[in-house]
Amino acid sequence: MTQIKPNGDTYYNSTLTGLSPAENEFREAVWDFSARVVKPRAEAIEKEGGKEGGEYKTLLEVHKKMAEMGLHGVTVPTEDITSSLGLGLSYTHHLLAMEAVSYSSASLALSYGAHSNLCVNQLSRWGSNEQKAKWIPGLLDGSYIGALAMSEVGAGSDVLGSMRSSARKTDEGFVLNGNKFWITNGPKADVFIVYAKDVVEPGAKQTYTTFLVPRETPGFSTGKPLDKFGMRGSPTCELIFEDVFLPSSAVLGSSLLGKGAKVLMSGLDLERLVLTGGPLGIMQAAYDTAVEYVHQREQFGVRVGTIGSMQAKLAGMYTAVNTARTFAYSVARAVDWHNEEAKKNGIEPGDKRYVYPVNQRRDCAAAILYATDKAIEVALECMQCLGGNGYINDYPAARYLADARLYAVGAGTQEVRRWLIGREVNSDFE
Amino acid sequence: MRPSPARLLNILVPVKRAVDYAVKIRVNPQQTGVDLNVKHSMNPFDEIAVEEAVRIRERLSKDSEPVTITALTIGPTKSVETLRTALAMGADSAIHVETQESASSPEPLGVAKAIRAIIQKQESVDIVIMGKQAIDDDFGQTGQMLAGLLGWGQATYASKVDLDLVQKNAVVLREIDGGLEQVRVKFPMIITTDLRLNEPRYASLPNIMKAKKKPVTRLTPTDLGISFEPQMEIIRVTEPPKRIGGAKVESVDELVEKLRAAGFTAV
Repeated sequence: MTQIKPNGDTYYNSTLTGLSPAENEFREAVWDFSARVVKPRAEAIEKEGGKEGGEYKTLLEVHKKMAEMGLHGVTVPTEDITSSLGLGLSYTHHLLAMEAVSYSSASLALSYGAHSNLCVNQLSRWGSNEQKAKWIPGLLDGSYIGALAMSEVGAGSDVLGSMRSSARKTDEGFVLNGNKFWITNGPKADVFIVYAKDVVEPGAKQTYTTFLVPRETPGFSTGKPLDKFGMRGSPTCELIFEDVFLPSSAVLGSSLLGKGAKVLMSGLDLERLVLTGGPLGIMQAAYDTAVEYVHQREQFGVRVGTIGSMQAKLAGMYTAVNTARTFAYSVARAVDWHNEEAKKNGIEPGDKRYVYPVNQRRDCAAAILYATDKAIEVALECMQCLGGNGYINDYPAARYLADARLYAVGAGTQEVRRWLIGREVNSDFE
Repeated sequence: MRPSPARLLNILVPVKRAVDYAVKIRVNPQQTGVDLNVKHSMNPFDEIAVEEAVRIRERLSKDSEPVTITALTIGPTKSVETLRTALAMGADSAIHVETQESASSPEPLGVAKAIRAIIQKQESVDIVIMGKQAIDDDFGQTGQMLAGLLGWGQATYASKVDLDLVQKNAVVLREIDGGLEQVRVKFPMIITTDLRLNEPRYASLPNIMKAKKKPVTRLTPTDLGISFEPQMEIIRVTEPPKRIGGAKVESVDELVEKLRAAGFTAV
């Protein structure tokens, strides 16, 4: 049977996905968009990255095109009073969109994930009506770019415990001081979701609050774009808060004062799930590049792909791509199902009876843990399959590897994911 | 201020589900056709037709002239995907004439007769816009046959369409072998699209989702009194002969010698 190629140039095996016809139609539409709109601009996106004072012109251009396509509000409810661009679809759809974009440009996908999931989805879930009305329309129609800031130079895996950025309550609002680091979209974002430690009485319980900080806030500034190993097209930088005054209306979700930790943690599960699309897309691209190359290159009078040791490589890559993908899709399906069940029983996110995400926490972590390991493996194998050419930057193998490597530390480290899954499993035995 | 025309404009856009243009086709083992177990999509010339209909509506909506666009396809169950694409691009409703999965693809005369039957059932259709040919069989006959059957005017290979709703005609620029030809055709009329007429839009996700709610009417060939019995029998389909290597010649005399030996005489 001939491989069915969604947009004519990928070996994505669509027979294994277990997607419904509607989900499949969505998948084909986003892959088609990725091939038509993202791929031709991928090189420009890479070239424009990492420069001080960089305009990120192409990235911003594609950001607007993604808005026209309707990609920024995949999980934002359509009946949301604030915007008609929300698609009201599931996390499976968002994962599919992330994967499709990552296939053509992992850098763009990272920025897209940070914007549409880390910022937009959190705002959609937790924001007050006023906050949503003010920001969601612009974030969905491409006018604004969003970002989320939790990590700091001294607070990575131990983000809550080691956090130093502080929010001191005053009569009129809050004063924020501190720095955030490795913030995706930092150089270009218009609004930031920022987590800060509340200044509390000595001996009192440490709480955290989440704020919505517009770029044009006095005392707020961004550092120069970080010079990264990979994901070079995605703008990343430090955020600096120097006595930044924020009104009480800037607290994300007015009733969530002091509940920042809950907001942060629940967001992380969904972030892991959707961002799994990142390594999945890179992996498919690496596989496609390798499999085509080994059937074009001839040595010893044969196509090198027919040589046993190369066949073994292809087999390993093929199995890795498809296992990582089917597992991720299964987790997404389960998460969506639990969300639906909770909604049916009238249980809102944040309610103690909300079964998800606690029960899926281990699975979302496992999905991105596995996909990341496999993506780095497959990217390395791709480089090897290309032989000497894998070492030359005219070929994409080096970029796949550098980009895949990000996910071992971005959106959490592999170590934290392992620790988390272990903790969750162990909690069954408490 | 221009007087607005009395009634709305009804555009019918027949579309065909064909093998995707990017697929590397292979002849099937029986040599009766190509392997159809590949990606299909809307015939590219039909996409241009849908796009033109939508642009006509966008241009006319300034005069608040309601324009209805109906998409139509003839084919097995899967063909409904093509209608959804048309709906996502902007068609208002669709008609699916459903044929058997096992049946052979309808031929141009059958298709033209079916479209005529539909036009006779519909509220008055003013314009039929369709692709000049389908990229699977490349017949390029359906539009012309339909015009003949209906006794309507036709403007084929259109690269520009300008409607005059007051005069109830269209001025169409046609791409012909010698260059460009301009014709004026009265309504009702058939237009077949050529490549340079427009660049079709891609459906956005919100439009794809809205399309699911748009109505699709299902009909059978019997409902239309049509039989798609093939008039042609495909005897054999083969790949073009493999290109054999050429040879370099040292002089013009040698070239002439070789051409003569191969049977080429002076023109």
